[in-house]
Amino acid sequence: MLLEGQVRIPAGCAISGFISRDGNRINGSEIVKSISYMHDRSNGLGGGFAGYGIYPEYKDHYAFHIFYDSNEVREQTEKFLDRHFDVINLSRIPIRRIPSITNEPLIWRYFVDPRPTKIASSQLDEKEYVAKCVIRINNDIKGAYVFSSGKNMGVFKAVGYPEDVGQFYRLDEYDGYAWTAHGRYPTNTPGWWGGAHPFSLLDYSIVHNGEISSYDANRRFIEMFGYKCTLLTDTEVITYIFDWLHRKQQLSLEDIASVIAAPFWTKIDEIGRTDPEQAEKLRYLRNALSGLLITGPFSIILGYTGGIMALNDRLKLRSMVVAEKDDRVYIASEECAIRAICPDCGNVWSPKGGEPVVVTLNEEGRKRCL
Amino acid sequence: MDRINADKMHFKTLNEYIRRSPDSEITVENVIGHRFIGSGCIGKDIHIHGIPGNALGAYLTQCDITVYGNAQDATGDAMNDGTITIHGNCGDAVGYGMRDGRILIKGSAGYRAGIHMKQFEDKIPLLMIGGEVGDFLAEYQAGGRIIVLGIGAEDHCPVGEFCGTGMHGGVIYIRTEYPPQDLPVQVSVKEADDSDKESIREYIDLFTKKFGGDPDVLLNSKFYKLTPNTSNPYKQLYVNN
Repeated sequence: MLLEGQVRIPAGCAISGFISRDGNRINGSEIVKSISYMHDRSNGLGGGFAGYGIYPEYKDHYAFHIFYDSNEVREQTEKFLDRHFDVINLSRIPIRRIPSITNEPLIWRYFVDPRPTKIASSQLDEKEYVAKCVIRINNDIKGAYVFSSGKNMGVFKAVGYPEDVGQFYRLDEYDGYAWTAHGRYPTNTPGWWGGAHPFSLLDYSIVHNGEISSYDANRRFIEMFGYKCTLLTDTEVITYIFDWLHRKQQLSLEDIASVIAAPFWTKIDEIGRTDPEQAEKLRYLRNALSGLLITGPFSIILGYTGGIMALNDRLKLRSMVVAEKDDRVYIASEECAIRAICPDCGNVWSPKGGEPVVVTLNEEGRKRCL
Repeated sequence: MDRINADKMHFKTLNEYIRRSPDSEITVENVIGHRFIGSGCIGKDIHIHGIPGNALGAYLTQCDITVYGNAQDATGDAMNDGTITIHGNCGDAVGYGMRDGRILIKGSAGYRAGIHMKQFEDKIPLLMIGGEVGDFLAEYQAGGRIIVLGIGAEDHCPVGEFCGTGMHGGVIYIRTEYPPQDLPVQVSVKEADDSDKESIREYIDLFTKKFGGDPDVLLNSKFYKLTPNTSNPYKQLYVNN
């Protein structure tokens, strides 16, 4: 397999996502329909989805979705899982065979609980323990790749056009309060199953349209904290940046936007004229976390438990629109992907470059879904 | 008049249909993300219901395109002639590298509107935006007219940041009390005088005729006029030739 730097394929990509703030569960076929209207932004070399609230019957267990190259690798990985987790349920992820999706790896799903004695002896908190196990499998077991590891959420991805990937994974059999989707047109890496979006760790998932010029600077910074960029494709690092800044450093999502899409120094000076305290904070974030500034064009949607967030690079070099209808908020690369599933949505607008749009479940939604 | 339902039709099929239609006037219904509508077309009158996809009217020549809704990105990319009328908002990079013709947008436009616009002799393109516009308006503008009316944005500057960066030709009119504060030294700004306003009356009339409103009320407000600063040009920015 040729990886980043060894092969270059020129570019596109599409993203789409939505959330029901009241926590109504929306069928997966809706997100498939939405992304299908941006078919020509992809080239069939990758499509994927993340659904939140899709496993209510297992919501207290971590759901691992794993690709295996062979049964030997599966057995080896399952031994690792047995040592570190209580496996509540395991099965192949149900698929629908269609001619447009071929050469699939073995695709398995495990609902697991971390072993309390193991957590205790590791002296880590539960999430850190799980994240460490995921990174270990991805890094140490060749041919095994945990591509989804959160609670009550799941990532589904493959090589193919996104609408075919949705068919393949039978997404019409899942319902979730939030969904994100990606259609891939690989820029720097070959289209392979692990390289499709979303990229996910614990419940964080990222879909991304763009190309990170600062990839290696970001990778070097984040790998100091135990992450391993095993897929050598740029988007992966954004997922780890969110995990580190949000879960471990406890920064708000708005502050994270000020780190990865930091305002220009001139803008910070301008803000300082009316709000010196805010300018001081922005200066601090830029200085302290300069290694996490993401340069180059991007539009991303982050999915996490209870919400979604959209963000453009500060120069807005990729398109992105947001729309609202009743309790739902939609985000997509193109307005047509929103109109396809919500023809009469009002209030369609484009966030500015670097302006985060964070939408969360409301109180009722949290009661119903979390 | 020819009428076509674009529902579930690929953009290639739709565009071939439009090009081959014997009628000069065509109404397209249920448009949703179809790209390149009318691109390179000559002598058609196209009415679009729905949301046209990217690169609407790219390389357009002598066509009249009307959109009854919003448009997406790269509308009128490098268009040669004709008119695109949008009864809604428009996405990023509208009028990119326009050489001639007119784009009229009732609502607002996104980032990078009118970048690289140019003109030659009597070919002077026009980009009119009724509402607000995002950053990088007229970046590297080499010619043509851009008019931003700022309707509904009277209490602040209707133009985003980095307006006119690299501008070295053409003119921008902005109807506002608050001209952009971050203009580069290569761009001059002054309040439009009566003769300046008179020179754009024709376009204001065109705009109000299409979208409603009183041209005199618009023209009676304050406009700022942005032009390249001839005493501080870009010509020696890279090499002295």
